Order: sequence, then structure tokens, then C-alpha cells
Amino acid sequence: MGLLEVSGPVMIGPSSSHTLGALKIARFVYKLMGIPQRVNFVLHGSFSMTYYGHGTDRALIAGVLGLKPDSFDVKDSYEIAKMYGLMYSFESDDLGDVHPNTVLIKAWKDDLYNEIEGSSIGGGAIKITKINGVECSLTGDFPAIVIVNKDRPGALKEILDCLSVNIANVYLRRINALEGIALTIIELDENVDDEVLRCLKRLDNVTELYFVKLEEGELL
Amino acid sequence: MTFSELLEISISTNLEFSEIILAQEMMETGRDPQKVKEALRKLMYVMLEEAEKNYGKEFNTLTNLTGNNGAKLSNAVPYMMSEFNHVATVVAISMGESNASMGRIVACPTAGSCGVMPGALYALKYVKKASDDELLKSFIVASGIGNVVAKRATLSGAAGGCQAEIGTATAMASSMITYYFSRDPVKVGNAAAISLKSLMGLVCDPVGGFVEVPCVKRNGSAVNVAIACAEMALAGIESVIPFDDVVNAMYNVGKSLPESLRETAIGGIAGTKSAQEIVEKIREKWDSKN
Repeated sequence: MGLLEVSGPVMIGPSSSHTLGALKIARFVYKLMGIPQRVNFVLHGSFSMTYYGHGTDRALIAGVLGLKPDSFDVKDSYEIAKMYGLMYSFESDDLGDVHPNTVLIKAWKDDLYNEIEGSSIGGGAIKITKINGVECSLTGDFPAIVIVNKDRPGALKEILDCLSVNIANVYLRRINALEGIALTIIELDENVDDEVLRCLKRLDNVTELYFVKLEEGELL
Repeated sequence: MTFSELLEISISTNLEFSEIILAQEMMETGRDPQKVKEALRKLMYVMLEEAEKNYGKEFNTLTNLTGNNGAKLSNAVPYMMSEFNHVATVVAISMGESNASMGRIVACPTAGSCGVMPGALYALKYVKKASDDELLKSFIVASGIGNVVAKRATLSGAAGGCQAEIGTATAMASSMITYYFSRDPVKVGNAAAISLKSLMGLVCDPVGGFVEVPCVKRNGSAVNVAIACAEMALAGIESVIPFDDVVNAMYNVGKSLPESLRETAIGGIAGTKSAQEIVEKIREKWDSKN
């Protein structure tokens, strides 16, 4: 927290936790896989109780469309979704013992499917708590690499060998024992260049690769 | 960081107070003071631009519980308010209503309290003809005051009640006005302390949990508290209790507020029978739309 966090940010109202935070969680989906073709939002707790009075629905749609938190278009995100042919649906459900402002986003694009769960923890700050069922704790303030990889000995070592920047956190879990598939989430201190991504793509053990880049201006 | 430490540096170095605040920020966050200054300038410009654009406009808010209050006040000839107060109040209410209709705002320090600072800023610029550079110095001082509260207490209504949000916004706006007219950090501290004391204990009780009632009008009244406290401080009135102590007291009061009075839409005016009927109606209207 510093002067800029106290006197800012610029955002679309009305609520930092119900509008800004919601948008940032949904925007993580966009940064992960681009604009999906279909998306389903599962709203939990306070999000499901009051979302209509906070424009949480419009903020979530704006987020998966990649709109920035201060974009005037956030208000009209339903119309923009139509332009992109984005199919969306909302439902309320109990997501268990999670923060009151939590949303689970299911997103489809071509043959890709991802599930992102995140909480808006106050003042516009967020935490991505699950990616495809794997628990994590990403703030969105750092870039991250998400990899679906073959669950073989040495796979993680190969992946880490490609990286040239410092690693902040690593989350790894087997997601399908039958098919031998694991999910690896690597939170980084800084963005990686294309060479690192090419190196990862070349690996036989890597079946899906996503890079959630930190954008210019997100941190001073 | 305490306000008294900033004050000591100011007395021993005699540097421009806004520069001291930027230097302190560098010590704490490692951020380049020049970059921080320019980023704050951008925030200030967004505030002024939105204040200009939304002045006295009618809004279609998310729940329609507010939306035409800024317009009403703007169209009325004030009975007793000065032009400065009138303009500041119209802006504060208009920004609150713009926020409630998904307009662009600066969360300074929060979305719910986003009208107070632009109200004071816009009045300084258009009624007192302040230059941008002079305004920026005062805006930085206000940010420094907000930062003291953020570091030592909280800015969150859910954690500390409305006193943490609108109380801090008022202390910031009052400091900004005081610094603009006096360039005196001691008077700034008095204005901030008197403001926060005036709103001590204020509960966060939004009807239905929505950022409209009482938030919008509270922005309008709070900017007048800021102006009154600045006027007192400028006249040489001192706060008996220094700002740092007032901030600590505000934090302790916030911690002792029951949860029903901290943004849960259970207590305060949110808990009244009329509020519950209103929320029921909004829910029915919404359900029939889907």
C-alpha cells in the first residue's frame, strides 16, 4: 500500500470489491486463454446475493472480454459480448468454505476448457484460488505460467530448466492419475520472453501452455 | 510512518511538504518520486475531468435509489451556502451518483467515498482559480494524510465502518484545502484531526449493501465538514488531540463496532423496516427481468 493505492485506482464503480475485484478475476481468464466462446459464472456468497446492485455481472463479462478496470465500456459489456458472440450464463451455488466474494468461472474456447476460481478480498485486491481444481494463491500482481503436463519423472525439472527468471511460487498437482496428467502453476517475479515460451512448447511433456503476462502499467 | 514524523522532517529541513511525502514514499516502497508525482497528477486530472463531465447530471443508477440529487442541488439557488460549498457539494453528490451508475471514478480513498476529494478539488480549481501545479502539491499532501490512515488504521468500511472511508476522505479533502491556502503542515494536521474527530464512530450501513443509500448524500455532507474543518484550522484553531492519536482512536472505535455496522447491510439505516421493504422491491423487479 502506498500513495497511489490510497488515492487511486481509477475504476468503474460502484464497488472496489464487487465490481473492480470481480473484473480482475474474470480478466485473469482472458489473460490465460483470450476471449472464450462460452463462459459460465458460478457466484458464491455475497457475490450471488447482491451482484445485480453492484454491476458484478457486467464487470465479470467485461473481464473475460479483456476490458480494463477503468474502461468506459465496462458498463456496456453485455452489448460488447454480443459483438464477439460470447455466450454467457450465471448461476448461484455454494462453493464451500471460501471468501464471501468468490466466483468460479468455467470457460470454453475451441477444444480448450479452463476453470478459474477467485476471491475479491477487499479494496479491489484479488486472489486466484484454484486453476482447474488445483489450489493456488495468485494475486495477479505477478506474471504466471500455467502448464498442463505429462506426469512423468523429470517433467518439472525440464520445465524449470527453461526458465531464466526468478520463481516466486510453484504449485503442482496430479489432475488425472489414469491419463497421467498434472497441472503446474508457476508464479514469476517478472515477465518471460518468447524464447522461454518456445523452450517450454518444445517439451514433449508439456501438453498445454498458458502465459499470464503482467501488463505495462499494472505496477509502477 | 506517523504524521508527527513527517512534521519533524518538515520543521528540520524546511522542504516543500509534498516533496517530503514523496521522499518518504520512496523510502517505504522504493518508487521513483517523479513517477509517483506524475501518476498522482493523472489521478487528479481524471477526478477533475469526471467532475466537469458529471456536474449536476441526472443518472440512471443500478438500483435507482439515487440519481437525481446532484441535479436538484445544482439547479437550486443556495439559501446560505457559499459558491465554494455549493459547487463542492454538487460535485461530491454527482460523483457518488456516477459511481452508482457504473461511471468512471477515482477510488480516493474508496469507491463509496469517491465524491469528497473531487468536490474539494473542483471547487479549488473553478471557484478559487487554483493552478494545476499548486493543486497537485495539495493533492499529494492529501494523499500523504490518507496514507497515514491506511498504514496505521484501515480504509475499509467492512473493517472499520464508514468513519474509515468517508472519515478518511474528509480528512484528506480538509488537508488539501488547508495546504492550498496556508502551505502550513501544522495546520494540515489540525484540519485532518478535526475532520476525523467530527466523523468518529460513523457506521457503514448501506441499504441492501448497495453503494447508494446513504453513501451518495454522505459524500455531499462530508465535503462540507472538510471545508468547515479547513476553515477552523486556517483560522489557527488547533486540535487538542494530535492527528496520529486520532487515527489510532478511529481504528480502535472501528474494531469495537459490531459486525452489523460494518458494511453487512444488517444494522443502522439498512436495518430499518423501510430499507428492507425497498430492498425487497428491488429484488422482485430484478427477478422479473430475468
